[in-house]
Amino acid sequence: AAGMFLRLLSDIQWRAAHPKWRRMTSSQRSTSTAAEPHPVSLPAQAQVVICGGGIMGTSVAYHLSKMGWKDIVLLEQGRLAAGTTRFCAGIVSTARPVSIELKMAHYSNKLYQQLEQETGVQTGYMKTGSISLAQTQDRLISLKRIASSLNVMGIPCEIISPKKVVQLHPLINIHDLVGAMYVPEDALVSSANVSLALATAASRNGVQIHERTSVSHVTVQKGRVTGVETDRGRIQCEYFVNCAGQWAYELGHSGEDPVHIPLHACEHFYLLTHPLKEPLSSSLPTVVDPDGRIYIRNWQGGILSGGFEKNPKPLFTEGRNQLEIQNLQEDWDHFGPLLSALLRRMPGLEALQIMQLVNCPESFTPDMRCIMGESPTARGYFVLAGMNSAGISYGGGAGKYLAEWMVNGYPSENVWPLDLKRFGTLQSSRTFLRHRVMEVMPLMCDLKVPRWDFQTGRQLRTSPLYDRLDAQGARWMEKHGFERVKYFVPPGKDLLDLDHSKTFYKPDWFDIVGSEVKCCKEAVCVIDMSSFTKFEISSTGDQALESLQYLFSNDLDVPVGHVVHTGMLNEKGGYENDCSIARLSKRSFFMISPTDQQVHCWAWLKNRLPDDSNLIMEDVTWKYTALNLIGPRAVDVLSELSYAPMTAEHFPSLFCKEMSVGYANGIRVMSITHTGEPGFVLYIPIEYALHVYNEVMNMGQKYGIRNAGYYALRSLRIEKFFAFWGQDLDAFTTPMECGREFQVKLEKGMQFLGQEALLEQKQNGVYKRFTMFILEDHDTDMDLWPWWGEPIFRNGRYVGKTTSSAYSYTLERHVCLGFVHHFDEKTGEELVVTTDFINQGEYEIDIAGQRFQAKAKLYPFSSLFTQRRRKDEVELSGYQRE
Amino acid sequence: FYLTPPQVNSILKANEYSFKVPEFDGKNVSSVLGFDSNQLPANAPIEDRRSAATCLQTRGMLLGVFDGHAGCACAQAVSERLFYYIAVSLLPHETLLEIENAVESGRALLPILQWHKHPNDYFSKEASKLYFNSLRTYWQELIDLNSGETTDVREALINAFKRLDNDISLEAQVGDPNSFLNYLVLRVAFSGATACVAHVDGVDLHIANTGDSRAMLGVQEEDGSWSAVNLSYDHNAQNEHEVERVKMEHPKSEEKSLVKQDRLLGLLMPFRAFGDVKFKWSIELQKRVVESGPDQLNDNEYTKFIPPNYHTPPYLTAEPEVIHHKLRPQDKFLVLATDGLWETMHRQDVARIVGEYLTGVHHQQPIAVGGYKVTLGQMHGLLTERRARISSVFEDQNAATHLIRHAVGNNEFGTVDHERLSKMLSLPEELARMYRDDITIIVVQFNSHVIGAYQNEE
Repeated sequence: AAGMFLRLLSDIQWRAAHPKWRRMTSSQRSTSTAAEPHPVSLPAQAQVVICGGGIMGTSVAYHLSKMGWKDIVLLEQGRLAAGTTRFCAGIVSTARPVSIELKMAHYSNKLYQQLEQETGVQTGYMKTGSISLAQTQDRLISLKRIASSLNVMGIPCEIISPKKVVQLHPLINIHDLVGAMYVPEDALVSSANVSLALATAASRNGVQIHERTSVSHVTVQKGRVTGVETDRGRIQCEYFVNCAGQWAYELGHSGEDPVHIPLHACEHFYLLTHPLKEPLSSSLPTVVDPDGRIYIRNWQGGILSGGFEKNPKPLFTEGRNQLEIQNLQEDWDHFGPLLSALLRRMPGLEALQIMQLVNCPESFTPDMRCIMGESPTARGYFVLAGMNSAGISYGGGAGKYLAEWMVNGYPSENVWPLDLKRFGTLQSSRTFLRHRVMEVMPLMCDLKVPRWDFQTGRQLRTSPLYDRLDAQGARWMEKHGFERVKYFVPPGKDLLDLDHSKTFYKPDWFDIVGSEVKCCKEAVCVIDMSSFTKFEISSTGDQALESLQYLFSNDLDVPVGHVVHTGMLNEKGGYENDCSIARLSKRSFFMISPTDQQVHCWAWLKNRLPDDSNLIMEDVTWKYTALNLIGPRAVDVLSELSYAPMTAEHFPSLFCKEMSVGYANGIRVMSITHTGEPGFVLYIPIEYALHVYNEVMNMGQKYGIRNAGYYALRSLRIEKFFAFWGQDLDAFTTPMECGREFQVKLEKGMQFLGQEALLEQKQNGVYKRFTMFILEDHDTDMDLWPWWGEPIFRNGRYVGKTTSSAYSYTLERHVCLGFVHHFDEKTGEELVVTTDFINQGEYEIDIAGQRFQAKAKLYPFSSLFTQRRRKDEVELSGYQRE
Repeated sequence: FYLTPPQVNSILKANEYSFKVPEFDGKNVSSVLGFDSNQLPANAPIEDRRSAATCLQTRGMLLGVFDGHAGCACAQAVSERLFYYIAVSLLPHETLLEIENAVESGRALLPILQWHKHPNDYFSKEASKLYFNSLRTYWQELIDLNSGETTDVREALINAFKRLDNDISLEAQVGDPNSFLNYLVLRVAFSGATACVAHVDGVDLHIANTGDSRAMLGVQEEDGSWSAVNLSYDHNAQNEHEVERVKMEHPKSEEKSLVKQDRLLGLLMPFRAFGDVKFKWSIELQKRVVESGPDQLNDNEYTKFIPPNYHTPPYLTAEPEVIHHKLRPQDKFLVLATDGLWETMHRQDVARIVGEYLTGVHHQQPIAVGGYKVTLGQMHGLLTERRARISSVFEDQNAATHLIRHAVGNNEFGTVDHERLSKMLSLPEELARMYRDDITIIVVQFNSHVIGAYQNEE
């Protein structure tokens, strides 16, 4: 690849117009045979420094320069397109379960297709298509789900029979297949050449590229990037982009203030063979056999085949440079099971001669999604890494989104699922990463079923009640490292083990959660909700109120003791966070947000609050245990424990008061439950947690109290049409689009972030509308369950996707929440969505290719609210989180 | 019909036993690290026995395998009694006196042996009193004989073997008023057993062998490979010296009838053994004892049958051949096994398999394709075979079990073939004996550090 690049440079210099580029290339050419590796000295300053000359770095450089940023330096420790990029199998596959990843891959494919024409660099692009095989019915279901989302994006894709598979690829043994998915537009490329093509285009646009230059660390002052130190000197810069691949973690940790980039490399093996007697056609589709854990593509008349074994080998990169990483050992014994799978899938290859077993490192992340975005602690420090072995598929799209992020302040799509800020320091432990990636790599091929929980890296953050709840049969899931109860298995009842509980149908906990829901409706339940992010913001004067009034859309100038639901909006009026804020005193506020907001919300506020030592923000998440008492008898339990009247006259809805519960004093009691059911959340200083829990359980006995988990909460909130940030709400959704105008006080007497955008929406209408769907002809016992991401059809036309779903034990129906758009029938242009448009349609939800009739509603069933309350007190379309 | 791998494992592991010499202060000062042992029956009931014990009044450890024939009574008795005879033979005069005084005055006895027994290794409760009295008579004689010399291990071993065989013979001649015991001592005497016993004390390893079980030392060469050193000679027709010895002990007229069809008097495979009074007693004594014995004995065709050409008994002895070996750091382990193992495996293979097992190195060099022409199919076959080899190693936590797995399951390529293993283990009782013999194995692992330290002292 290195030699190739030299040749390219000499080709290009005749065409390249930029003087810097010419100077560099000519001098490099003149010394290309000599040992002197650094022909051109580094510039003293640049606007952007990108570290890493793989597919990610070159793609970011390409897109930044296309968007008009010219003052860019790209540094590469070895040669361009080395590292993982050089070894990458070169498969561009759009069949991705996560929608944003699918969009990135789709864009990449389109970009690579025209790249050769644009740059003149041969990319080896070949539209071969891909076939994903299913050995089981469950696998076929998961493929059908992907096919549904590909189809509504206009990407050709079909579910085919085994017979059709043979027609597409004669070598495949189909006797154990139940079906397959064919994506005809998937492609193959030479990933190194794609990277070189992007570099070529970028350099034509003015990007300076320096090979054999290592970044030692990034300097940050006052929370902003100021420059990078390299082995060839310092470059001052405003922006730094860490595209260092498997070295991104260490590079992040090299500075004084570490940037935590949780990724860890594993060895990844694939096999290259000599050509077949009758060389394989280069247009033969790529085969993915997830049940066999392998992929197979044609390669120079032979095949290239690799996979994701069950026992991955994590790789340490500390102190190892690119060259060492390139010389990793082949390990045939390790590859054995994958070779078996290959020969089972293509028995005809027995006599094919081996050329090489390639060992190339791949970086994996704790949740199987790539990492992009800006550091929460160092402004201007951007990251794009951790591709989980799909670097070439994501490369184009990921580079584009990151470039948009840097230039425009935010990408053109919601990338929260990929945002670096979804992680904190807690995912940065080497041991955690090592254990987790060993689970993640095999998961690449495992069936992705709803409600999957990682098994490694658990029990990191726990509530003080953890052991107590665990002993009572709690089953746990994890969010942002925090253990949370899913449900409680009653004594004597056994659930399926982990592997057998995987299903797309009705899960085995159905009745357990049903009884927890019933108890919430009829008596009282306790849910430990300690994982929520909790901040306290206070000031000596009015600074706190004034700042928050600007950063939040609802009016926070309420009497002390009131709780306000409000969005934390961006300039476009979209939700950066959705929270409840209690006014503890004139000058201090207590803010509750979703668990995974801990890093993002902190960074958002830190960057926007005035630099004033009299204004203090503190993260008090760890200081409080939260117990949610849900149900009509919660009021009885609490009044008995506190000897205080808790009825609506004395303690109205959306109220907050510090009181004593049992012997413990200073418990913050809030009359919200995040479900629309009556009840209270108790914020208890952690040392009192066990005491208060015991008191509540003892006192609650006569009222039928029991423990409940998040699954019950989820069912309750979804049947009440409560949206949840991170699932239903994102930075591209405004309060106007989800029926929460009442939480926006446009006339609160002062400016706030997002106000203009909301005013405009108020006048012109919205282009999507959050809608609740009740599935009509869906059989809970027999039919596939909805999850999220299912396409919504209105009068037979695609209008949007669901964002969450749950079974409502009260309605005895499935409820899906999702957004309805209005695409012009001819042009596809987005039109305003009116109430009439929603109400006058026939709806269907597509679950893995099967469509179910659904009734659309813009307001929840009022019959579900057991207590009549004053309209403004009702948590109607309030918020909830899970 | 096939046994599944777990079924195969449960059969193979039913009798396995391991002992690790306890460490003090994190150090094991014994030259023995520990041992693994196991038995796989072919006869029902199994006729092999094994024993292992630590001498408590002298230093050293005793280990032995015993291969019974014509029933298991003799092997059982020898497995219970022989080590006591050896231990007593090794005791200094003062200790013998102390023990005798304790017995005399009804005080608690000093413990002589610490046994390391599998739950299936039993001791006969009924005979313990009888056995004890015989043993006591032996040490009383030793006290009387007090030579004042320090005990020589070789002497002690030979004396113990001979004395026990003598006691077995005497007990059968004297009989016992208890009819159960009377029948027992007769069965012990009329059946036979070979014995191969190791005594390890520091770097001094003594092997006392009577019969055709075998002791083999596993030696690791400087290049890491394994070789086998025999520490016993089989006492059978294949051993020229043995044939010579037997011929020397009898008149020339019997030369032709002594060894027929590779058997002693055309009947017995081992040329030395405990019991087997039919090859030791005079015809008259045999007839008298059988006739006066219980009916069961009288009705038994075998016991009544007198070997042909039986002119100058005894033809058989229990006297062992003793080999002394000074342990070296390269001596890594000792295998004691009955002929069931040695019939199926060459000692060189035994050395390699145990050596590789104990060191965890399986000569599994990583495979590299390099410039060779290898097809996917060939590579697949190679990897499958390597996996099978590794998995059989990881399945066993006991070196003896691992050896048995190979002894029974090895195919022509020297790798364990599950199908074959399953077939061999599922043979019906009547057939099993035709395809394999009882196998008993003890693998003793030596502590090279301790042995090295001993060497440096000397």
